[in-house]
Amino acid sequence: MLTILFDGVAYGMLLFILAVGLSVTMGLMNFINLAHGAFAMLGGYLTVVLSQRYGVPFLLCLPVSFLVTALVGAVCERTLYRPMYGKAHLDQVLFTIGLAFMAVAVTDYWMGSQQQIMQLPDWLRGRTELFEDTPWRLGMGHYRLFIIAVCGLLTLALQYVLSATRFGSQLRASVDDARVAAGLGIRVNLVFAVTFAVGSGLAGLGGALGAEVLGLDPTFPFKFMVYFLIVVAVGGTSSITGPLLAALLLGVADVAGKYFVPKLGAFIVYSLMIAILIWRPHGLFTRQGGK
Amino acid sequence: MKKRFFLSGLMAAAVLATSGAALAQSNTFKIGLILPMTGPFASTGKQIEAAARLYIAQNGDTVAGQKVELIVKDDTSAPDVTKRIAQELVVNDKVNVLAGFGLTPLALATAPIATQSKTPMVVMAAATSSITQASPYVIRTSFTLPQAAVTLGDWAPKNGIKKVVTLVSDYGPGIDAEKYFKERFVLNGGEVPESLRVPMRNPDFAPFLQKVRDIKPDALYVFLPSGIGAALMKQFAERGLDKAGIKLIGTGDITDDDILNGMGDVALGVVTTQHYSASHNSAVNKKFVAAFEKANAGMRPNFMAVGGYDGMRVIYEAAKKTKGGSGEALLEAMKGQLFESPRGPMFIDAQTRDVVHNIYIRKVEKVNGELFNQEFDVIKDVKDPGKSK
Repeated sequence: MLTILFDGVAYGMLLFILAVGLSVTMGLMNFINLAHGAFAMLGGYLTVVLSQRYGVPFLLCLPVSFLVTALVGAVCERTLYRPMYGKAHLDQVLFTIGLAFMAVAVTDYWMGSQQQIMQLPDWLRGRTELFEDTPWRLGMGHYRLFIIAVCGLLTLALQYVLSATRFGSQLRASVDDARVAAGLGIRVNLVFAVTFAVGSGLAGLGGALGAEVLGLDPTFPFKFMVYFLIVVAVGGTSSITGPLLAALLLGVADVAGKYFVPKLGAFIVYSLMIAILIWRPHGLFTRQGGK
Repeated sequence: MKKRFFLSGLMAAAVLATSGAALAQSNTFKIGLILPMTGPFASTGKQIEAAARLYIAQNGDTVAGQKVELIVKDDTSAPDVTKRIAQELVVNDKVNVLAGFGLTPLALATAPIATQSKTPMVVMAAATSSITQASPYVIRTSFTLPQAAVTLGDWAPKNGIKKVVTLVSDYGPGIDAEKYFKERFVLNGGEVPESLRVPMRNPDFAPFLQKVRDIKPDALYVFLPSGIGAALMKQFAERGLDKAGIKLIGTGDITDDDILNGMGDVALGVVTTQHYSASHNSAVNKKFVAAFEKANAGMRPNFMAVGGYDGMRVIYEAAKKTKGGSGEALLEAMKGQLFESPRGPMFIDAQTRDVVHNIYIRKVEKVNGELFNQEFDVIKDVKDPGKSK
């Protein structure tokens, strides 16, 4: 029982790290970036290539994936995304989904279409069992523990930056009303560029962490686009606690659904989303007063 | 005068050129090979094309005095594209035979074209039982899933496996694999407490495997398209199912030779049934594997490559017999061929046009630092069980 909960939390944490960047860019600039998964895929492939082909230690691959993806994100933001900010939503969707298709094709060309196989270092492979032979048995894969730890720390860090630093207040101000924030002398463009880069970097890190659990092949951006969008739709775009809780809910519901009713497995998540959106059309955790 | 001379010269050249083309037309034997060369099943296409080219390199590019022309087309594993390409190949290129077909839906989409144009269609990969019934012009040189599944259903109960949970991908071949295994296994006194079907695009096996672990069967029976198999196998070990005493068995797709080495030691000891292993111990196979690896920068041939290689042999032999014929005559010459393939003896059943071959029971072992499916038992001359009904 607890094992299912544990797996669900690990899965949800991973989804949160993958989707948080999307949620922030959507909230901040009202910009729909469907190519978000492509950044995650980039991080995943970087880690696989570095650790499997060049023997770089896994722990070093993670920050590298973060930094490289963030850099690529910043460059893309400056060159490709910025001209699209003023456009209609449909244009943005077409543009970014086109980018996602291109990312898929390029990856297919360079890396081949097969599923990438990732070998973890030994110290992450084990498994610890607690409360054996009771109904509350808890089995924890070490890698999933590691995911929860990393994502948990990142969440705390994000929360700290957002709520207790100058940059955080600027960001929150820009999210609430970009025009007024700009009028007060906040450089909204810069704030957004940094946020976009960090969001992309987090996606890259999520992709790197997830390569083992979620699988990694060139269709990754499309496979997970739906999950990201659910997280954002259910969690709202105005805070990070919203997407976090939404991602955890999604992760636990998905894992538990597949365990208890395997025949319905994939549907549970969607039914849950529909139910929530009918009940609270603006997402579970929207703040009053925000845009 | 000069101008006229030039013109007539041009005309003569044109006439010569067209007659030359016409000559070439009747002197080539065209094989239209339709394969998924891009997309998620590209490895299937790569293996089959490499095998077909190897066969031509080994056996010469002329047969019965005609030059063999291999036209390879990519269908991106989309059925409508396969169908369109087949149409073009038949109408524009006037191919003598259609071949390839990486997946069941692709083969089924093309079958009506083979029937209408009376063009033999050699299926080199797709493995759902019903394909050969879709058109009287279909010949299969790959295998059928029920052949592998039923063999395993016979073997398991004799080897101390009484309680099995099945886990298959939720699409045609997966359901075939589940149905035939389950029927035979239950008939032999086995018990299947749970049958899990996972979505094709499943990101995480954790909940399914946890369920298996809690049921505690003797073994988990798996069919998944090969790439996903690797992920399952790792999670199987990570979740400690092996330590809980649960064995992993399945059809050979999960331990595909092409990617077996990349799976690492978690694959050790997995028991599968299939018609081909790159480590099959015969002179014919050793020669085939060596030549294939040499021609393709060390890539190991898998069961797809063998389907392609044998398919080319069937086509070549039929072309020889009919002196480069086509249509009905070529089809007849393909039926009933009996020969030794790298997989072992194989036979094209003249009634069902389906392949009859040995199914081997294999275990993953490490040989000289590489992982191989080592064959340790064999069921001889297995017909497709799907056809007896």
